[in-house]
Amino acid sequence: MAYHEKSKRVLADKKMIGRAVKDSFIKLNPRVQFANPVMFLVYVSAILTTGLWVCSWFGIQDASGAYTLAIAVILWFTVIFANFAEAIAEGRGKAQADALRSAKKDVDAHRIPSAEQKDAITVVSSVALKKGDLVIVKAGEIIPGDGDVIDGAASVDESAITGESAPVIRESGGDRSAVTGGTTVLSDWIVVCITSEAGESFMDKMIAMVEGAARKKTPNEIALQIFLVALSIIFILVTLSLYSYSLFSARQAGIANPTSVTTLVALLVCLAPTTIGALLSSIGIAGMSRLNQANVLAMSGRAIEAAGDVDILMLDKTGTITLGNRQADDFIPVDGTDPRELADAAQLSSLADETPEGRSVVVLAKERYGLRGRNLEEKQVSFVPFTAKTRMSGVDYDGIAIRKGAADSVKKYVLDNGGTYSKACEDAVLEVSNKGGTPLVVAKDFKVLGIIYLKDIIKDGVQEKFADLRKMGIKTIMITGDNPVTAAAIAAEAGVDDFLAQSTPEGKLTMIRDFQKKGHLVAMTGDGTNDAPALAQADVAVAMNTGTQAAKEAGNMVDLDSSPTKLIDIVRIGKQLLMTRGSLTTFSIANDVAKYFAIIPALFLGLYPGLSALNIMGLSSPQSAVLSAIIYNALIIVALIPLALKGVAYREVPAGKLLSRNLLIYGLGGLAAPFVFIKLIDMLLTAFGLA
Amino acid sequence: MASIILEYGLYLVILVALGIPLGGYIERVMAGEHTFLSRVCDPVENGITRVLKIDREEEMDWKQYLKSVLAFSVCGLVFLFLLLMTQGFLAGNPQGVKGMRWDLAFNTAVSFVTNTNWQAYSGESQLSDLTQMLGMTVQNFVSAGTGIAVLFALIRGFNKVKEKGLGSFWVDVTRVIVHVLLPLNLVLALALIGGGVVQNLKGGETVDLLEPIAVSADGNVMDNAVIDQNAGTVSVNGKTVAGATIVTQEFVPMGPGASQIAIKQTGTNGGGFMGVNSAHPLENPSSFTNSLEMLSILLIPVALCFSFGRAVKNKKQGIAIFCAMFICLCVALAALAVNEQLGTPELAQNGSVDLSWSAEQCGGNMEGKEARFGIVSSSTWAAFTTAASNGSVNAMHDSLTPLGGMVTMLLMQLGEVIFGGVGCGLYGMLAFAILTVFIAGLMVGRTPEFLGKKIEPYEMKWAVLVCLATPIAILAGSGIAMSIPGVVDSLTNSGAHGFSEILYAYSSCGGNNGSAFAGLAANTPFFNITLGMVMLFARFLPIAGILAISGNLVQKKRIAVTAGTLSTTNGTFVFLLILIVLLIGALSFFPALSLGPLAEFFSQMM
Repeated sequence: MAYHEKSKRVLADKKMIGRAVKDSFIKLNPRVQFANPVMFLVYVSAILTTGLWVCSWFGIQDASGAYTLAIAVILWFTVIFANFAEAIAEGRGKAQADALRSAKKDVDAHRIPSAEQKDAITVVSSVALKKGDLVIVKAGEIIPGDGDVIDGAASVDESAITGESAPVIRESGGDRSAVTGGTTVLSDWIVVCITSEAGESFMDKMIAMVEGAARKKTPNEIALQIFLVALSIIFILVTLSLYSYSLFSARQAGIANPTSVTTLVALLVCLAPTTIGALLSSIGIAGMSRLNQANVLAMSGRAIEAAGDVDILMLDKTGTITLGNRQADDFIPVDGTDPRELADAAQLSSLADETPEGRSVVVLAKERYGLRGRNLEEKQVSFVPFTAKTRMSGVDYDGIAIRKGAADSVKKYVLDNGGTYSKACEDAVLEVSNKGGTPLVVAKDFKVLGIIYLKDIIKDGVQEKFADLRKMGIKTIMITGDNPVTAAAIAAEAGVDDFLAQSTPEGKLTMIRDFQKKGHLVAMTGDGTNDAPALAQADVAVAMNTGTQAAKEAGNMVDLDSSPTKLIDIVRIGKQLLMTRGSLTTFSIANDVAKYFAIIPALFLGLYPGLSALNIMGLSSPQSAVLSAIIYNALIIVALIPLALKGVAYREVPAGKLLSRNLLIYGLGGLAAPFVFIKLIDMLLTAFGLA
Repeated sequence: MASIILEYGLYLVILVALGIPLGGYIERVMAGEHTFLSRVCDPVENGITRVLKIDREEEMDWKQYLKSVLAFSVCGLVFLFLLLMTQGFLAGNPQGVKGMRWDLAFNTAVSFVTNTNWQAYSGESQLSDLTQMLGMTVQNFVSAGTGIAVLFALIRGFNKVKEKGLGSFWVDVTRVIVHVLLPLNLVLALALIGGGVVQNLKGGETVDLLEPIAVSADGNVMDNAVIDQNAGTVSVNGKTVAGATIVTQEFVPMGPGASQIAIKQTGTNGGGFMGVNSAHPLENPSSFTNSLEMLSILLIPVALCFSFGRAVKNKKQGIAIFCAMFICLCVALAALAVNEQLGTPELAQNGSVDLSWSAEQCGGNMEGKEARFGIVSSSTWAAFTTAASNGSVNAMHDSLTPLGGMVTMLLMQLGEVIFGGVGCGLYGMLAFAILTVFIAGLMVGRTPEFLGKKIEPYEMKWAVLVCLATPIAILAGSGIAMSIPGVVDSLTNSGAHGFSEILYAYSSCGGNNGSAFAGLAANTPFFNITLGMVMLFARFLPIAGILAISGNLVQKKRIAVTAGTLSTTNGTFVFLLILIVLLIGALSFFPALSLGPLAEFFSQMM
């Protein structure tokens, strides 16, 4: 099986590479080339040298025809290598887009006039659906467009977009009402109100994004491009003036100008930041692609770059910092109650409680006091379910009433019925709260027995994660509905920097605004419609795919997995994208030093024999020096494609350390590498008698 | 040997010791705070603003600020141009000099307005006292004031949050001149006069020579001639030379020197009162005046680093920028000093010339240097004057060793940011700092920021233009010059050294430095015009860029500092900043330098 999968992947890779090779040639179109100024310079140089080679047939030449041809061929390869880098980066996205397209077939939609008239079906094509149309989708049918469920509930297979095969529940009302066109209803039926027209659906946007069609250059990319273009302009001036310098010096020495146009063009291409120029767009595409692989869909490239800059993460407590459910951790009897009696009452009241919290009470009672579940069918039993109004649940049997619930509710319940609520109980409640736990007070026949200590379980490893984030300068803020005391205790245990207790949508929005005013960039996740204002305000806003349409519209990323920890991955991918650009730029520029040492002595050896002292690589001849430098220049693009696609290694360390490390690897490496490889290429060329 | 190193060290220590308090003073002045000179200077400043109707509360946006700078400079340029053309008809001309040819007048006017002070003329023979005082001295003050004003406009861009105004250029330039430049130069000029620097309106004096000299019929001084003053004959090897004349008197040109020489040094102007600049005995008579003049070159540029740190409420930032500049200066100075002290194989003549240092002689390469200054003071001056875009000289750079000469050239080619001109050196360096944080920011995965302001495409666009203006100007100018066959006629030397002469001229003008390599007869219409264009380009493009950056930064909010913020005050940043400056300079000029000084150096090694 594993072998089979591997061979399948190899096959897919082969197909992808084939496609990329084909695309590399299609991209030779001047209009495509023009979009990338640095590579356009190489493109023009390739055309120019080819022209010079053609001229050499007619005897118009300042360097030998074979040499000019060799330079021209290498320059063409440089252009094609750059195209290939971009094509291979796009390949992954294209494959994903193809898969999505196949899911996005035109289907028949069953339009109905209103939710009440479910049988008055008109069959129309999905492309003809308008905003506000109502459609009914039954088991086995494909949902014809994006929309909100306004009636019914169904399990839906969303694997077409998420890749996750487990079905999800979509139902009217609440935060799980959004459905995506192209997904399949597995059971039951739903009535969907269409919210986007054909061509603008989520699936369409997704295809455009993964394919790179909607990829606009981000501000940071533009700034880098400005820098690269400026460097290229300087190098154009350097080579132009060098021709004049050389002419001047040769005239003074009374010899012919030793510098040919062909060599100068080669020098120009060597000096221009072609390495980063060739890989720049693939780095961007690959970053986007990595995000897609993490099942996050960015609505713009800007969002992913902003993710790298984020310094405040607003994280929901539940699911991110703590396990989703609280667990019973202790029974605390008060007023001299026997602990066993308390455990017994607590267990009885929880037997019918199917929530994880209720179950954990039963488990704890069994572990601590060996109390087994009893068969309650035999006795006169009626369960009192939890309601938002009473905020209590419990059981009545044999005329005994047991209740458990929030402290203030139980207090009111007991006092109203003539019982007493002791100071000791109040103290115990407070103590549990202070420890970050949730106290549930248990009363039997209006007498308080004690407290169940429900504890939030902090996820494994979050403390370390937050400490790492702190080192990188990212503050974590825990958002929770708990009261401030509980929140503070959990915040301290999890190691977050700050918290927002008893959070409301308005509270979140205010907090984001405050941070932004102080100059911070804030990231958050949200799913509900009431999160939409905060999502719209945050700099990086990740909407859960399970969330409402409003939340998805407000965010600038959608997490298809709906995982609350995804935010941390997004930050990492954002930073990695910028780092890859920076590191390869440094590498590219550092390379120039060696290239100078290869070419300049070679150029002027005839004029000033003393300059051979600068030929520290000991290259065998002027021609082989130029050829070696330019071959290295072309090959390094191919060699760095994997790095551009994968991104440079990323570690959660402070900025200063990260800088020193990358400077050492890519700065010093960029300085040294070409010396070694140009020499090697020169030795090969000489060995095969090519130069 | 220790005494040599001690002397170099002492210069540097005194420089920094004076720079720190002056930096604090300048910052307080520009912030409009009270200083110990306020009692004297405030009335003068108030008088000027009242007479000129300057609105002291005006807040100019960057375009208005730039327009004011340009208007101010263009007016100065036109005035100086006309003055130079017509000086022959005006008063204050005891020497009876004539008006300049239009191309030389253009070159000279541009040169002084751009704070370059490239001189294709000799002051003592081609300028009247009136021109020296009303033209040159005035421009020395205002061009320096303009540079500092633009620097503070940039600082306000960093300091202010979500505003538009950068302050008023008129207020800034008045304040700098009245509170800083005038008092400082008054003191310095008096000290120089005390040291023997000329300051009068006599036009000159005729004095007896200590020893008569013989001049041949074609006007050359004859060495080895035997002069019989009584008979009035000149003989060489016992034979009487016909047509030779005996000269017993010389004319010593004089004028209002000290008052101009002070600002020439402190304002990084560098345009000599005399043709040979501070190598002239009346412009720089002794080691006392030499020390004063030399330290004045870098005084304000050093001080401004500390002003900057105080102004942005981050003294460490000022120190970091200072360190980057200072390290480069020390390395350059060391390279120059070692090369000059070692001399060259040609000078040593296979050991037949003693180049070694001893208590009796300073040794080394003394060609083109004044005996009263020696190697240390000449090398230090050469490093200071090219690090700062000053350009005054006390020795002839043409006669420096090949590598020593290369150091002076490289310092100018780096864009005059190793302290550089007053104001402009620091704002140039800050543009490099913007490039540095951009690269560094990318390497740690953050959108770059500097002093809490985000660096985005708009800032990058202008910052690269500011940083590349000098390389562009030098490469284009020298490239064009060398493609023209006629320029060879202007050269004294051929081969690699002749190449260096032209390269140096364009480097000097492209860096707004103004020092000359000598050996190049630059007073031709071609050189006057092209060098003039290069100076204008290298001065005003960066000013426009810096003001545009500032105008954009001033509108931005300030980003909070966190552990993820890249420190711009630590060693790594300083190292990276130096690296970027050197890399851009080296990548732009390696080919040029290898055809000039490097070729010369390696040729003599063979």
